[in-house]
Amino acid sequence: MNNAQALSRNAILDAVRGNQPATRPMPDISHFHTNTPADLGDAFTKSIVRMAGVVVSDPVPDLDSFLRAKFPDAKVTCSATPEYAGTIKPASLNHWSEASTIDVCILRSPMGVAETGSILLSDNELQVNTIALLAHDLVVLLDPKQIVANIHDAYDHPHFRLRPYSLLMTGPSGSGDISGVVVHPAQGAKTLTVILSPAPDNAKRTG
Amino acid sequence: MSAPVDQAKNAEKFLADTVHEERLDKLLWAMRMRRDAAARQVPEWEELRTLASEIKEHTLSNLSEYLIQFEVKATANGVIVHWARDAHEHNQIVYDLLAERDTKTLVKSKSMLTEECELRPFLERRGIRVTETDLGERIQQLDNQPPGHIVGPAIHKTTHDVAVLFSQKYGSDPKNEDVGYLAGVMRENTRPDFLNASAGMTGANFVVAETGAIVVATNEGNADLSANTPTLHLCSVGIEKIIPTMESLAVFIRLLARSATGDTITQYTSTFRGPRKGAAMHVILVDNGRSARLGMKRFWHSLKCIRCAACMNTCPVYRRSGGLSYGSTYMGPIGIIMMPTFEIRKYSELPFASTLNGSCSNVCPVKIDIHEQIYRWREVMEENDQIQVVKKEAMRVADKVLSHPAFYQIATATLSSALEVLPHFAIYNRLNVWTKHRDIPEAARGTFHEWYRNHRPKTNEVPAP
Repeated sequence: MNNAQALSRNAILDAVRGNQPATRPMPDISHFHTNTPADLGDAFTKSIVRMAGVVVSDPVPDLDSFLRAKFPDAKVTCSATPEYAGTIKPASLNHWSEASTIDVCILRSPMGVAETGSILLSDNELQVNTIALLAHDLVVLLDPKQIVANIHDAYDHPHFRLRPYSLLMTGPSGSGDISGVVVHPAQGAKTLTVILSPAPDNAKRTG
Repeated sequence: MSAPVDQAKNAEKFLADTVHEERLDKLLWAMRMRRDAAARQVPEWEELRTLASEIKEHTLSNLSEYLIQFEVKATANGVIVHWARDAHEHNQIVYDLLAERDTKTLVKSKSMLTEECELRPFLERRGIRVTETDLGERIQQLDNQPPGHIVGPAIHKTTHDVAVLFSQKYGSDPKNEDVGYLAGVMRENTRPDFLNASAGMTGANFVVAETGAIVVATNEGNADLSANTPTLHLCSVGIEKIIPTMESLAVFIRLLARSATGDTITQYTSTFRGPRKGAAMHVILVDNGRSARLGMKRFWHSLKCIRCAACMNTCPVYRRSGGLSYGSTYMGPIGIIMMPTFEIRKYSELPFASTLNGSCSNVCPVKIDIHEQIYRWREVMEENDQIQVVKKEAMRVADKVLSHPAFYQIATATLSSALEVLPHFAIYNRLNVWTKHRDIPEAARGTFHEWYRNHRPKTNEVPAP
């Protein structure tokens, strides 16, 4: 920080200290679990569908056939999960803008949120953050056991304290900026499909 | 010193065009209805509003400590933190960061703070091309207009307006008014800017002291693209946006989108704690009058605002006059109470662009006493002699009548009779601003006092249960 910057910093902090009102207490924050739905998977599905996302809750035994059937024209399929090979991996992208060449991107999310239908994606899952934004279509695997009730629970996830980038994504990109008519996509992914599928470790344990 | 913005006169231009006025009114009211429906779905809604208000008041009353905590945490995360006392310092910091990397193009997501600082013209004068990447903000940029609404900057425009504008600027089909088509035109034209930009800029909805993170909420994904695609991410944020913890963030995220559009959350709700490998992240903490407002006993509560625009959507004056009529960065009820802190004379007329119906305060997710602050600003304008002569005279007469019950009874009794016999020109004239765009309703047959005298029970009668 140069001298001018240090002066500005101190001037702002002095002005704030001189003007801030008498201290008010910080309230206790409840997680509001009194209305938690019994079936979090069902609540998650209803929430994400409202935001134009698609949920596949039936088992998908063959991911490859599923993707070929759903995206028959896809040429570049980027897989950021060891559960699927794909035609490329995020590590093969030389520059983050190259993610725009991806037709379909497949990932695994570590958490879903029933209240909002959001999925968590951080730089840990994405590896190249732009793959969730520049790829045309996103397919996200989510273990139903990793769905939490609400946003209070969601922000307890360690990613928010450890990862440089953590995204709660809720449906494909959209905009209501023209005449209030909501359309998809806007700037980001065109579609978002969430497949409810146990994580490999959980599947082994239960299987 | 700037002349006062004449909001009423500006609104007349908007009202003269009935297509836009009726459309905006209906559209924003529908948004207000969606907000109500979303709030009803959350049994703890009022508790959340109280919590949000208390968290903000706690934070603002300990702001210096939280700012330092944020600085320490963010720096430890690899973020470079800057401090700007005013708009010029802010703009200069941004320019210097771009210039030292010889950056000529900047992709930018929506930030009301950068509008407040007039960053875009500052950079453009110095040879940097700025592309607004929020759809509504880009529409306004292409049309050389400021935002008309803090959530939907171009919400006052029809699909026809946008189709014509895009055809002029992008060469698209002027007759195709399909919204999906128009959003596609924007996507197609903005994508190369994202891919080629060497710097991206965002604002922030929240700044978390505990983790040194900034939190950005968008539906389009344009902020995430602006921050992630280039190797330089600049984030400008007002010092009042700070909150203590991730736990407290949850309260605000539950309130924000529901209050703004009636959705449960925005499509992209992103937390940036630090730069990725090989990239740089700078956060510029901006004061620009906020620390001074913190010391205003009657007005510091406006610093609690989370920019949801619920107060605008519910305000009958805003819905009928459009955001541009306020001639200010922030508009509608929240703009009325913020703008005079920037420049009292220029915005001295704004506190009168309100019916004081209290609806703005009722929908505010952080419980700002907006309508009471509007009233207090009227008092300040009176104290500082910033009120037009006609308004002042009307208030003087009202003060006299309302403070003397006998005068009041005579006035109400004679007014209703007078309305029946007065010629049209005597009621509908230049001095009576209330009749400019509305008819006087038919007067009741008697005053309330007359009705009460005729209907009250006799003293020895027992009223029916």
